Amino acid sequence: MTTLQRKDVNPIAHLTPEDIEAIGRELDAIRDEVLEKRGEKDAAHIRRMINVQRRLELGSRAVLLFSFFPPAWLLGTAGLSISKILENMEIGHNILHGQYDFMRDPKIHSTTWEWDSASPAEQWKHSHNELHHKYTNVVGRDNDLGYGIMRVDEQQKWVPAHLGQPLYNFINAIFFEYGIAAYDLELGRNLKTKKRRANPAFRAALRQVGRKIRRQVAKDYVVHPLLSVPVGLAFGNPLGALFGTMSANAVASVVRNLWSHSVIMCGHFPSGVETFERTSITGETRGEWYLRQMLGSANISGSKLMHIMTGNLSHQIEHHLFPDLPASRYAEIAPKIKALFEKYELNYVTGPLVVQVASAWAKVFRLALPNREKPKEIDHSIPPRHPAAEPATV
Amino acid sequence: MPVTQNLRNGAWRVVELLTTPVVPADYLDVIAPLRNPEVLRARIESVRPETAKAVTLELRPGRNWQPHQPGQYVRLGVDVDGTRLWRAYSVTSAPGRADGRFTVTVNAVEDGVVSAYLHRHAKRGMLVNLDLPAGEFLLPARRPAKSLFVTAGSGITPVMGMLRSAVHELPDAVVVHSARTPEDVVFGQELRALAAQGRIRLIERHTRADGRIKAADLADLVPDLFERETWACGPGDMLDDLAEHWADAGAGERLHVERFRPTVLVAGDGGTVTFERSGTVAEAPAGVSILDAGEAAGQLMPSGCRMGICFKCVLPMREGIVRDMRDGSLTTATELDEPVLVQTCISASAGPCRLDA
Repeated sequence: MTTLQRKDVNPIAHLTPEDIEAIGRELDAIRDEVLEKRGEKDAAHIRRMINVQRRLELGSRAVLLFSFFPPAWLLGTAGLSISKILENMEIGHNILHGQYDFMRDPKIHSTTWEWDSASPAEQWKHSHNELHHKYTNVVGRDNDLGYGIMRVDEQQKWVPAHLGQPLYNFINAIFFEYGIAAYDLELGRNLKTKKRRANPAFRAALRQVGRKIRRQVAKDYVVHPLLSVPVGLAFGNPLGALFGTMSANAVASVVRNLWSHSVIMCGHFPSGVETFERTSITGETRGEWYLRQMLGSANISGSKLMHIMTGNLSHQIEHHLFPDLPASRYAEIAPKIKALFEKYELNYVTGPLVVQVASAWAKVFRLALPNREKPKEIDHSIPPRHPAAEPATV
Repeated sequence: MPVTQNLRNGAWRVVELLTTPVVPADYLDVIAPLRNPEVLRARIESVRPETAKAVTLELRPGRNWQPHQPGQYVRLGVDVDGTRLWRAYSVTSAPGRADGRFTVTVNAVEDGVVSAYLHRHAKRGMLVNLDLPAGEFLLPARRPAKSLFVTAGSGITPVMGMLRSAVHELPDAVVVHSARTPEDVVFGQELRALAAQGRIRLIERHTRADGRIKAADLADLVPDLFERETWACGPGDMLDDLAEHWADAGAGERLHVERFRPTVLVAGDGGTVTFERSGTVAEAPAGVSILDAGEAAGQLMPSGCRMGICFKCVLPMREGIVRDMRDGSLTTATELDEPVLVQTCISASAGPCRLDA
């Protein structure tokens, strides 16, 4: 993609500033409707999800006590994979967005929740909720555009290291939770200079991640495997039990990593999604912010099961418009959002998972190479309407 | 034994590793929510109507409950339309039941969100959150020879708890109770039965027909009233009237009152925001976020996106009322609630607010 401000054909050229504010008002009205209904049903939904996930995890881990027995390994690993996906996507991600803070349940609250991921919730909330959701798709501000290791926009400067980005992306997919932890730490930036390395805030964050990873690793690769050893002993196969449970945990984690990486790539990288110049958000109005979220996100079409397994990030557009509304409401408002796109002749980017993943990967491959053409000059008149004083620094 | 203690601690740390990043009790909640050692809950075992508006809930408290003393109240955290709201209810049963259960009696009051909800939706099996019994509205260990109880409406509830556990130790007890009609008297049958058995002298006042009772009129009903150790519970104006009357008679120390705390806050425009830890006081007019107002007053405020999406700026509100500047919705925290975390960047005060910061 090329930032909207440098495109040959501006997809929002037909919108007046009044149109953009009208879009904002219509979205506010949709938000109000959901707030009006938000309540018992949403609380019941998240409690049920947590309940199902914990039972599934307990059941799978119980089955994995017999992991030396191949069918048990398979069943337990499958169950644990699904449990880890639910825990990260429909439960963790959404609770950490504050979607269920309205319940005033200290156990299910964005300030207290911790998730099964290498990155501590606190650090992830900063890089995700505060930076990514505010500066969505603004080149140079939103580090989710390539996670600092890839080039996913023509406006990002090409360096020879980008030639390897299909490989980096694949490795990142496998170890995604650690990738996110490194990303939340801004590891690349913070390891660069001695001064940054010595920064106490960075060192404290590093220790926090270290502690979290140690505990996560101890759980999945030491304690649970050791727990299955006595069962293995009883059946004359203690080593099979030890390594069976170890590998089951590893596979479940990788399955979860690959899945969440794929879903997340589909959110902002598929073709049709717009990016924005750094200067374009100076003095941005609420309507313009909404518009940027509409243009900067992409959905995944699919069944109800697909929506739950993606934590409703399959409704990435609705999520980016209303990150603090309960995710299970996104499907409900999606037809209204889509109608709004049609009314204002905007492109509601959506497609099946396979198509969207392929589209995102195609971009990773294409942009591993430098641009063929020199980019167009920035059109400063595209939101906000007044040309920004600050020169483009890309 | 330090060795076994160490072993136990070590074993517990391993269990904690098994369940990290959450705690073992979170898994226990899935199976046995009353066994959680960190979160006190109770299960409603039965619901019994008392009057058209009042219901008695029999509660089975979970682990780490401590028995109440007659006259005390408990705070119940009830999920009303998905949101947990806390209210205080007097315990109406006598302590020391073999099954460990206790009862509270909930009177559906006007504007009472929680009492109306419980009146309509409470049913057997429902879980509520619970706090330990509290309150100083108690009978002394040395029971008074002469006692008087002045109550109105649901003000009878703590007194019922006292009578049920200690009426046999109160040789001369008078109960003056006001309710709108005879049918509105909560525990009417039981009180009348106690009176018939001669264990209490009951004076019922039905305010719809006879009007409200005044402190000054009490002497006609109970001539020796200032000789009696007196417990009073009911609406605030009644208690004020009684307190003044007793003080004028120089018998102030013989009167014990239990006040219901206000749970309905009225929304206005703007209000003073008090940061209780730092002592900073900020004037926050309507349309100005608490974040901006706090910063302007020199309070060190956490902040993030400043547009309501990142939840980094949340601060606990102990008491107060705020308005969401995006959609106008109101959030209130009463003295009885657990502190409510509010997003300061999009909240404007709609009345005086006390923040724990």
